[in-house]
Amino acid sequence: MKQTLTAHVGAPGFGKTERRDAWWLEPLLVVLGFATFVAYSTWAAFQVSNYSYGPYLSPFFSPYIRPDWWPANWSTAFFVLWIPGGFRASCYYYRRAYWRSLFASPSACAVSEPKRDYTGETGTIARWLPILHRWFLYLSLIVLVWLWIDVVKAFDFDGHFGIGVGTLVMLINVALLSFFTLGCHALRSLVGGNARCFSCAPGGNARYGMWSFVSKLTQRHKLWAWFSLFSVGLTDLYIRLCAMGVLHDIRIV
Amino acid sequence: MSETVTSTQVHGGGATADQIVSVDSATNQHIQVRINRGEAGEIEGRWEEFTVPLAKGMVVLDTVLWVQAHQANDLAARWNCKAAKCGSCSAEINGKPRLMCKTRVEDFNLAEPILIQPLQTFKRIKDLVTDVSWNYRINATIKPFTPRQDREWKWFQHDADRAQEMRKCIECFLCQDVCHVLRYQTEEKPQFAGPRYFVRTAGLDFHPMDGAERLEQLADEHGLGLCNITYCCSEVCPEHIAITHNAIIPEKERVVDEFHDPVKKFIRKIQKKK
Repeated sequence: MKQTLTAHVGAPGFGKTERRDAWWLEPLLVVLGFATFVAYSTWAAFQVSNYSYGPYLSPFFSPYIRPDWWPANWSTAFFVLWIPGGFRASCYYYRRAYWRSLFASPSACAVSEPKRDYTGETGTIARWLPILHRWFLYLSLIVLVWLWIDVVKAFDFDGHFGIGVGTLVMLINVALLSFFTLGCHALRSLVGGNARCFSCAPGGNARYGMWSFVSKLTQRHKLWAWFSLFSVGLTDLYIRLCAMGVLHDIRIV
Repeated sequence: MSETVTSTQVHGGGATADQIVSVDSATNQHIQVRINRGEAGEIEGRWEEFTVPLAKGMVVLDTVLWVQAHQANDLAARWNCKAAKCGSCSAEINGKPRLMCKTRVEDFNLAEPILIQPLQTFKRIKDLVTDVSWNYRINATIKPFTPRQDREWKWFQHDADRAQEMRKCIECFLCQDVCHVLRYQTEEKPQFAGPRYFVRTAGLDFHPMDGAERLEQLADEHGLGLCNITYCCSEVCPEHIAITHNAIIPEKERVVDEFHDPVKKFIRKIQKKK
């Protein structure tokens, strides 16, 4: 199906457009958002202390894994971070964001892009993204269970039920992470989207129910992607500042 | 400048240019429109500027029709229903693909001229009219609806919702125009059907009684993998079809489901052993 079809658009060049709105603003904000998070999370991941305080554990270090052979002065965050990192890097929303903002492919709709040899998601690495996303979804669901366990533990103050500001911070964080993870497009397909006919498929009503629930979250995937990204960083920051003695965690109950 | 109604001719239910700029609706304001004109095959074209009387509720198509009626009788523009349902008056207005009949003039900064161009992805026939016939050739390659014979023809509304969303398409080709896979590849286009045809395929694939398999065709012949999900097609769709969310990504996921899901592969292996 080779097609010869001469377009009006001549030779491409970055940023060629008749658009008059601030089309460059969104990619710029995305780059700044990514850069802020990557800079902070990389720094935090290399830290070997202050990742827990009282019953609170930083989400960067959960599930907490420290084998005996692991050197004491090496961070354990790397046992975990590749999972949410891979999940986000292969996520459909983040792909949209970085294809536009980092690779200018294109930076915005109807704005020309710098290079012509476009391969999209058929390239050597990019063709694996949808496949990897499915793998990372399964792993992220396991991590999500651990994060909920951490929240339950955050109500336990030396054997007594309690609620601190940190408990609420962790609860909000895991709720946002759940909205993001459970709104995954791959999960949407898995729970029911791949059925052609809900009522004809085995367990069709249940699958339709799950698909409808996931679909509601999927419609706001961008929102949950950003909220959960920053909530993870801010939760780590809150626990770290408490552990460093900069902040005092207030007990509500 | 106000005009009185000089014609009672009505095109497809819409009002003529003169009816729009009538005594009732005319204001004292004038606006500038800059229209990109050209003959068949001209790529860059030439910009011509026109002064048009502003009327309340005016849409961009009204300005084009007014120019056609009063200042440039040879200006070519395709339109039909003037109700955002026929998909004929697609153009690029201030650089964005839109339907001219659904774009209100008042939404723009009227201190500057409004730019009106033909669709940039397709070959120009004349002025604002482009040759979109390539799309119909792609359409012909899609496996048509193939009724299932192994199941009773009975389903519920929620089974049909997904297919019905895809059937809202009015074939304005704004999604094909904005899709950068097609737009910025000059001369020879890649092997890629474009968002309109992923919508059509999804509409068939999610029909509860369709039995054809289109995944290999989608992945190979129609180049689904070339889409890097920028959502531009969804942003320009005048029917608000969630093209990326509900057509392209579900189809990409069906490919993963069928060929690459690790858990499903494991289950299939066990089932084979049994």
